[in-house]
Amino acid sequence: MLAYLLKRLGVAILVALTVSLITFSMIYLSGDPAVALAGESATEEDIENIRRFYGYDRPILIQYLDWLARAVQGDFGQSHYLREPVARIIFERLPTTMWLGFLALTFALTLSVPLGVLAAIRPNSLVDRAALTIAVVGQAMPSFWFALTLMLWLGIYWRLLPITGTASWANFVMPAVALGYYVTPAVMRLTRAGMLEVLAADYIRTARAKGLRPMRVLFKHALRNAIIPVVSLAAVQFGFMLGGSIVIETIFAINGLGFLAWESIQRADLPMMQAIVLVLSVFYIVLTFLADMLNAWLDPRIRVV
Amino acid sequence: MAGPILEVENLSVDIPVPAGLLHPVQEVDFRVERGRTLAIVGESGCGKSLTSLALMNLLPPRARRTAGRLALDGEDLLGLSEREMSNLRGNRMSMIFQEPMTSLNPAYTVGDQLVEAERRHRRTSASQARDRATWLLEKVGMIGAQGRLRQYPHQLSGGLRQRVMIAMALMCEPDLVIADEPTTALDVTIQAQILHLLSDLQREFSTGLILITHDLGVVARLCDRVAVMYAGQIVEEGTARQIFRTPAHPYTRGLLDCIPIPGKTRRGEHLGTIAGIVPSLVGAMRGCHFADRCPHAEETCRSAPVAFRDGVETGHRYRCILAPDHGPDANGERNRANGRTNPE
Amino acid sequence: MEKAATIVSLPVLEPSPGALLRRRVFGHAGLLIGCTVLSVIILIALFAPWIAPHDPFDQVLDRKLIPPVWSESAKATWIHPLGTDHFGRDYLSRLIWGARISLVIGFSAMLISGVIGTVLGVLAGFFGGRVDMVANFLITTRLSMPVVLVAIAVVSLVGSSLTVVIWVLGLLIWDRFAVVMRSATMQVRNLDFVAAAQALGCSTSRIVFTEILPNVANHLIVVATVEMAHAILLEAALSFLGLGVQPPEPSWGLMISEAKGLMFFDGWLIVIPGTALFALVLAINLLGDGVRDVTAPDGT
Repeated sequence: MLAYLLKRLGVAILVALTVSLITFSMIYLSGDPAVALAGESATEEDIENIRRFYGYDRPILIQYLDWLARAVQGDFGQSHYLREPVARIIFERLPTTMWLGFLALTFALTLSVPLGVLAAIRPNSLVDRAALTIAVVGQAMPSFWFALTLMLWLGIYWRLLPITGTASWANFVMPAVALGYYVTPAVMRLTRAGMLEVLAADYIRTARAKGLRPMRVLFKHALRNAIIPVVSLAAVQFGFMLGGSIVIETIFAINGLGFLAWESIQRADLPMMQAIVLVLSVFYIVLTFLADMLNAWLDPRIRVV
Repeated sequence: MAGPILEVENLSVDIPVPAGLLHPVQEVDFRVERGRTLAIVGESGCGKSLTSLALMNLLPPRARRTAGRLALDGEDLLGLSEREMSNLRGNRMSMIFQEPMTSLNPAYTVGDQLVEAERRHRRTSASQARDRATWLLEKVGMIGAQGRLRQYPHQLSGGLRQRVMIAMALMCEPDLVIADEPTTALDVTIQAQILHLLSDLQREFSTGLILITHDLGVVARLCDRVAVMYAGQIVEEGTARQIFRTPAHPYTRGLLDCIPIPGKTRRGEHLGTIAGIVPSLVGAMRGCHFADRCPHAEETCRSAPVAFRDGVETGHRYRCILAPDHGPDANGERNRANGRTNPE
Repeated sequence: MEKAATIVSLPVLEPSPGALLRRRVFGHAGLLIGCTVLSVIILIALFAPWIAPHDPFDQVLDRKLIPPVWSESAKATWIHPLGTDHFGRDYLSRLIWGARISLVIGFSAMLISGVIGTVLGVLAGFFGGRVDMVANFLITTRLSMPVVLVAIAVVSLVGSSLTVVIWVLGLLIWDRFAVVMRSATMQVRNLDFVAAAQALGCSTSRIVFTEILPNVANHLIVVATVEMAHAILLEAALSFLGLGVQPPEPSWGLMISEAKGLMFFDGWLIVIPGTALFALVLAINLLGDGVRDVTAPDGT
């Protein structure tokens, strides 16, 4: 178990370093960052000053290592636009996005896992077909369009829920549904496929041959094994949702990280963009690492090997 | 002695398939006496595994079971609800499966899975159940039983897992154990150990045992009675001695012909084979199922169902039109069978 | 005795594989619906100049925001069956031309990502070992970067155009190709005929092209549909955020974006392009699911 843990940790750190390199090099995509920053009316001298001020005149490798060393300590520099430390702004906004992601994941799991299980117990039944329809429709629905449609009906026509802002929990209902619905199909399909596979397994027959009650067979013997891949998927999807929250937060004007990212991109606030991409990537890496550990704990075969 | 522990009359299993109705088990009847062993022998696909699942009412969802009578210790099983049936399973009748590698749940420890059956059927405390599990693991020959309880299935070899399965089947001291090819998936060296273990325990606990196998050698050594199945039907049934010494059905003889016998089968001599293929079991079948492969088949074999007729000795019956003692090859067969280890 | 006495029973009378495949294809409602809808959309896109009743860029300001014909408004007219947008551009014509953008971006991005992912996946699956480790590392790295965020960041930095969007998406969504091709190749690689080909001394590239690729083709088609749908949705999201296809191009995502300020008064402005987007993606997904079901009947 310890060897497995260390190996996974090593890979995670290596991935994080690679992502940081990619993120860092993003600023050179638009050419000379100093020129971009200085604006159109800047003189040669202004550009040179900016270049020196932000350290863009140093060798790229030094710039990267310096940036990385600061980033590891939680210093992402100053926002070009807001003139405040990037890290402080990000950590102000992060909880909102996390909360949204958590609600969305909760919604997705409470909808998709029971549906997947029911669909697997009665393949080709009405429930199965309904679940399949939800999956197929969900996969084809553009998330931003679904969000707007929700807003239009629940918010405007029926006036059930507030449409923008973060004032109360009710503000989070539509965004969480819009964000969570998007991951429902994948989780449901995996639960269904996993349950179908597990229910056909020999050990389920053994459990039934022991005279165990159907509910016990289902929950103790089947679900436990079918849920293992779902845990990884849920972690992965949570990471995707944080990345995808940019669309939903923009629509519902939720003051989270995604909205901040969109604003920063509009303002060409490079340090902020870099930091957000890096933070979300690292968060995803940590998440998948934890999911792997949880998996190892759930599946004794990984644990002991 | 009271009546038989298991009575089966006219048991059939039907499975709807795209091409029609599949009849993998057709009008099977047999009984198992208290504390005795019945072997059901046949090639793969002859319906013997489905027969055993039908007894436990563990058939796949689409399969349908019909029977004239199905009784455990005189108690009718046909009228039981699924709930009542589950009260018997693992309790008064239990089962050992073919695949020890996949028949244990990988997510739980051996101990957990052993205790489960007892806790489900008996009002015992966790520690009492644990004690019994330890005792049974010792019984099935596992060293360090106490520690084994905490191990996961993937930490055990196939042979050890099958021992766990046997212990699991015995947790509630069942009246009947059904072992469906319990050694097929194991190494040859382990097979004999497991079979002897099964046989010893069956005698010690005086449980009824149905041993499903395609290995005639096993049958000869361990079983009281033998039922030979072919294409969904029992074609011959009798004591092990009768089946080996005076096989009456051409299929049984063919099967016996396929076994090499030490001292009798000469080096380089050809073992017997049965020409032809097993008939499709979809739709209605009229005559003898073996007719297409039988060297003695006549017109009547194909046109009308063949009824059982009695062998020379009592308790021996077979589904064939031939007389119990027929043809020169019957004698040859008997001579060969005589050279074998005495079945009883 | 096992070998001698065990005669495999013949399966129930089976029709020929070809007939079976045809029966499955025509018995699969999803596949048929998906194929039909997708074909119709492709035809519409191909013949857009002839089908579209108006010029999609033509602004007639005194004819703006005409509702579609099914609305009860007196302004509704058959001259503009789906109405006009806030610049007075014919909505139907924009919708028809928009199909081109979605299809071109979806298909091109899928092609780029397909080439990258397939090469990576097949190499990893075929050679295993170090190659596999490197491929796995690249896949993990790619997965850890949020697609939408990176895409809009890059597009905003490089500057937006159709080509840029295609390349950015193509370079970002190859992961599924790589993952699926890797495991499919591994499975095929371990089959006997590949070993046989190796034993015969066939070159690696010959084995990959004649033995491996044909046998993983069905997986490839399924992933291709998934990724094409994915790319179309991403393009729409990017355009919706204002960082994809730029105005005045009639991208469906952009149409929704332009209409979102007006949606509370004129809901159809977002309903129409959204439905089109939904129908296209649904059709592609149904096609993919159908191909998977038809080529792998044992799978559930």
